[in-house]
Formats: sequence, structure tokens, C-alpha cells
Amino acid sequence: MLGSFAVLRKQSLLGDAISHAALPGIAIAFLITGAKDSNTLLLGALVSGLIGTFWIRGIITKTHLKSDTALGLILSLFFGFGMLLLTFIQKQPNANQAGLDKYLFGQAATLVESDVWLMAIVTGICLLVMLIFWKEFKMLLFDADYTKTLGFNTKFIDILITSFIVLAIVLGLQTVGVVLMSAMLLAPAAAARQWTNSLSIMVFLAALFGAFSGVFGTAISASQNNLSTGPVIVLVAAVFVVFSFVFSPSRGLLFKQIRFIKNRRDLQLHKTLAFMYNIAKTHEDITHPHTIKILNNFQGYTRGTLQKLVDKNYVILQGNMWSLTEEGFITASNLYNQLTKGDE
Amino acid sequence: MSSAQIEIQLIASLVAIACAIPGTFLVLRKMAMISDAISHSILPGIVVGFFITQDLNSPLLIFLAALTGIITVVLVEYIQKTGLVKEDTAIGLVFPALFSIGVILIAKNANDVHLDVDAVLLGELAFAPFDRLLISGVDVGPKSLWVIGIILIITIGLLLAFFKELKVSTFDKGLAASLGFSPAIIHYGLMSVSSVTTVGAFDAVGAILVVALMIAPAATAYLLTTDLKKMLGLAIGFGVFSAIAGYWVAHWLDASIAGSITTVLGLLFLVVYLFAPSKGVIAVLYREKQQRTEVSLLTFLLHLRNHSEENERHVNHLNEHINWQKVRSKTVLELALKNNMIVINNDIVSLTKKGTLFTTQAIDYIITNEDSQIEGMKDDFFLFRG
Repeated sequence: MLGSFAVLRKQSLLGDAISHAALPGIAIAFLITGAKDSNTLLLGALVSGLIGTFWIRGIITKTHLKSDTALGLILSLFFGFGMLLLTFIQKQPNANQAGLDKYLFGQAATLVESDVWLMAIVTGICLLVMLIFWKEFKMLLFDADYTKTLGFNTKFIDILITSFIVLAIVLGLQTVGVVLMSAMLLAPAAAARQWTNSLSIMVFLAALFGAFSGVFGTAISASQNNLSTGPVIVLVAAVFVVFSFVFSPSRGLLFKQIRFIKNRRDLQLHKTLAFMYNIAKTHEDITHPHTIKILNNFQGYTRGTLQKLVDKNYVILQGNMWSLTEEGFITASNLYNQLTKGDE
Repeated sequence: MSSAQIEIQLIASLVAIACAIPGTFLVLRKMAMISDAISHSILPGIVVGFFITQDLNSPLLIFLAALTGIITVVLVEYIQKTGLVKEDTAIGLVFPALFSIGVILIAKNANDVHLDVDAVLLGELAFAPFDRLLISGVDVGPKSLWVIGIILIITIGLLLAFFKELKVSTFDKGLAASLGFSPAIIHYGLMSVSSVTTVGAFDAVGAILVVALMIAPAATAYLLTTDLKKMLGLAIGFGVFSAIAGYWVAHWLDASIAGSITTVLGLLFLVVYLFAPSKGVIAVLYREKQQRTEVSLLTFLLHLRNHSEENERHVNHLNEHINWQKVRSKTVLELALKNNMIVINNDIVSLTKKGTLFTTQAIDYIITNEDSQIEGMKDDFFLFRG
């Protein structure tokens, strides 16, 4: 859901960066509390994820480094720092530390009921906030300057969206793990983008795709042993994306190709028609018949295209002769006019 | 220092140099995230290579992994070319999918071998010296030292051979193409080098550290200089420094070497980010403040020039009329006084000759829209900057 905003804001890789940046937060939270309570750990992850996000933004606005560099930088630096802390923790005499690295790769099966409730509640809050601030989010997304001139506090809205993205990522970490979280954020949104141009439908579709890939992925991974849940979910989501890329009616590759071929055929048809028009022009009677042979010198001509012209009632065929009809002549001359107009 | 310690530091330094060179170009070409994608997506290549050879040390593994790295780049570019999604989304879609395939392959088929995800992602430099390379029974040094050494030599060789081409195509693609270099070949060459470096380095230091070593030194160097050669040199210097410093931090904390090298890199970047002479945050903030005061000064002088009435030129009037806070108007007044642009008699401000001249010229520049000239003018007139 929130992924839609990330994709449209061109911050797709932010998810990746945040999910890595959350690691030191988890480790620090553990170091401070010394307990493996998932709530405090999530809080730590949230805080360090937010710090990472705002540092990224600081780098982009204050220096000439580009966003990709900033992302990669924060991602690897935070993660490395997190690793340092994790290995440091491992050396500590604390029996609780085992399983902390589960956060790295995630394991949906280890979730307990309270975690699920927490997720449900946070999802509910996300939905609510999104409904309340729908208009503001949408406007900021597509025209930030306009929003500012209308007097909205863009900074606040911006921080709100970012915080919720971070929150969603941190929660998802437990399920699919650091590496695959970015795919969970992106894939449904990218798939949904192909089907619609409307934001509300896109958000809805993304949620649907996400839920489906979650359900299917879990089902597949449960049906076979030794399959971890996270990667399967991601692969299912990837299948959705590929499917959408190829088959979406307006943007998909398949239909684009079909449209391309169709356009080319139309063009050839027009070429033939224009050629005929130029011949017919030289005669007083436009319906004067000519042999098909003279068309053979011409590239656009095939028996098929000629037949199509007949179907459209532009041309009449009589044995080896063809002649333009009244209608065909008018269409052709209009075509010619349009072309010259286009040239001007 | 034992010989193992020296070897670890040597390996880390070599990796740092090998990463810094392609990293610099990746950062300049705005493709830094590609290195992250490559480092994740080489996993399936390694797994498949392992199935074929059943040997973790085979060179085929490196070759296949590098191949997957290049496949990643090609896939990302293909998706991007369809125009359906933006480049960053394309990257974000491709590498988790490939990584998932790798994870699943491992989980299904290779559970019993030493090829777990942790090792791939994180690496363990501390064990590198134990993996010796034996040539006809003679111990010639750690294996990863040789691997990374060879990669480094190749990288440096390529860099020297194609430095001019790389430079031109990085900064001006059009010029490079018109001069007859194929940008595509250089692009894929760079990508191949990055893939091979990532693969060669990963089993010594792990994927994440590779990314950090590629991006962080280059980014840090970029903040300090705009000269490509200096940037390369600085990046290598930062890389080696943090490799060695990181090792000792890890030694002292008894923690992961890869992690502590990254942390040192992070600290280095933070320091440079804050204090870099012309591009650091503090320098930028200072310059912004300076410019704000100077713009205020100009506004103030214009106001004085437009009003000859005494009540408009009263010191206290500033606060009401231009709506400035007390502190601000005080700074502006002091700056103007210091620069001999105004005189104050009985709290009435008036322009000096110099002030009038400055204001007139400033108006000229503003009207002709040549804002850039104002800086030079400021140098001529200002004794003290804001």
C-alpha cells in the first residue's frame, strides 16, 4: 500500500536502505534493554530507520552527492555498524542473544499471536491516517510546489509519509527479512502501476497484489519442506510484476507490440492509397481503372493490403484492374492534406 | 603482530583499493545502487556454480557469479528501457528476485554444505588466512589474497589503459560517442569489473562490506575534491586507512572485522560530511547564512536609496518596515557600517558615496539578470563578508 507512494515518489530503493539501516537500531535496543522483547526492538529499528532516512535526505539536499550514492552509503554503513554491534553482542554473556539475527532474514513461521495483533493494529492506523490525509498525500505526490502555495505544511506531510513507510518496513522485517523487504514494498506497487493511472485504484490494487503474493507464497512454502517463506513470497510477487508488465492493457509490452504492428500496417495502407491517388489524379475520371501491375513497383503493396482497401470500400477490383471509388479518392486527398499540414 | 594479522590487514587493504577504483566511477555515473544489486544477485550464480563443480574454490564459481552480476545489470536496463518503471524501481525489483532464487536453491539443495546465506552476505575476514593456497604442496599465502590481488592488478591495468575513455564517457557521454568510443562497451566493461571485484571480494569480506567499500570512500572523496585523479587517490587512501583502522577496532572490541571497517568508513564520512571545507554541511550552512545576510544588506541599502525622508531612515523604523527581527537588523546594520556603506547620525541612517555606488551597480546587475556577477562585485566592495 504505502509502497505505491514510494514508487511514485521515485524513492523505491529507500525501502532497501531503511531495512538495512534498521539493523543497528535492533542491536542497540537489545544492548540497552538486554531483553528480546519484540516491541522494544521494533522501536529501536524504527528510530534508526528514521535517522537513516533523514540523513539520506540531508546528504541529498546539502551536498552534491546524488540520491543513489546517499542511499547506498547509508545502507551499507548502517548495516555494517549493525553487524559490528551484533557480533559484539554475541560475545556478551547473555543467553538471550540467540536468534537476534533472525531479523536479518525473517521467518514468518516464528511470529506469535501478539506480533500478528501488533501488525494488524499498525496496518489499521496506517489505513486511517491515509484516509484522513488522502488529499494532502496525493497533492504532495504530484505537485509539491502547488501544495506549498496552498498553505499546507509540506514538511509535516512529507515526514508523515516517510515515517509510515519506515514503520511498515520495520514491521515487515520480521516476516520477510532485511534483504527481501524492499521487494515487498516495491513489487506490488510496480505491478499495480501498470494497470491503472488512478492513485486510489493503484493503492487498492497494490494492497491486493501484496496480500495475494503473501497468501500464495506462504501456501507454497508450507506445502514443501525446506522452503523459507520470505523468498517464496518475493518470487510470487515478482511473477505478478512480470505478468503485469507483459499483459497490462494500456502499458503492457504485449499490447504495445500489437499496437506497434497495427500502426505499421495502417501506415502501409495509407502509402498504397496515396500512391493510387497520385495516379488517379492524372485522369479526368477518378474511377478510371488501372492494372494491378503498376502497383508492383511499389513497396507498400501486397495482395492483402489491396484486399483491405477493397474491404474499406476505397477501391474496386475488376479482374486485373483496380479503380478508386469516390470515397477512396476523398479519403486519400484528405490524407494528403493532413500530411502537408503536418509538415507545416 | 602475527603473520595472520598482517595478512588480514593486507587482504583488507587490497580489497579496499580494488573496490575504490570502480566505486569512484559508479558514484560519478550515479549508479551506486547497482553495486548493491550486484552484490545480492550474485548469489544464484554462486549456487549454480557450486552445483556444477561441487567445489567452493573453483574459478568457475567466480565466473558464473560475475555473469549473474552482468545479467542483473542487463535486466535492470531492459526493464528500464520499456519505460514502465523508473530505474530505481527496476533495480529494486530485479535483485530481490534473483536473491530469492539463490536462497531457495540453497535451502532446497545445499543444506548440508558450507554455503549459508550469512557467510555470503557478511563474510568473515578473520578466517581468510586459514584458507591457504597450496601450489605443489608449498604454502604461498592465503587464497583470497591471491584472488583479490589478481583482480586488483587487472583492475589497475584496465584503469591505466582506458583512463581517458572512462573519464570522457563518465562526464560527457555525447562527446565520448562522437569521438568514437562506444559508451556501451565502456559501460559494460565497468559493470563487469564491478561484478568481478564484488565476487572476488565477497568471500573475504562479505557483500555488504563490498558495497560500503565501493561507495563510501568514493563519496567521501567526492566531497573533498572535484578532480578525478585526486578523487581516485583519496578514495583509495580512505579505503586503506579504514581497512587497517577497522581491523584494530575489531581486534579491540572482539567483533566482526567487516562491520568495524564499515563503521570506520561511516565515521570518516560523517566527519567529512560535516567539516569538508567547501561542501560540508557546516560550510554550506555558513555560506547560506552569509548569503542571506548579504541579500538583506542589499535590500536595506535599496530601501535607503529609495527614501530620502528622515522618518523612513530611522534605525528603529527598520524593524517595522522591512519586518526584520532585532538581531537580524542589527547584524545587517553592523555589516553595512563595517563596509563603510552607511553613516548613522542621531539614529538616522544615510548612504555613503560607496554605498550609493554599490547599490547602483547592484541594481544594474539585478535588472540585467546577471546574478553571477554579484559575487564578483561583492568581492570588490566588501571589506567584511556577512
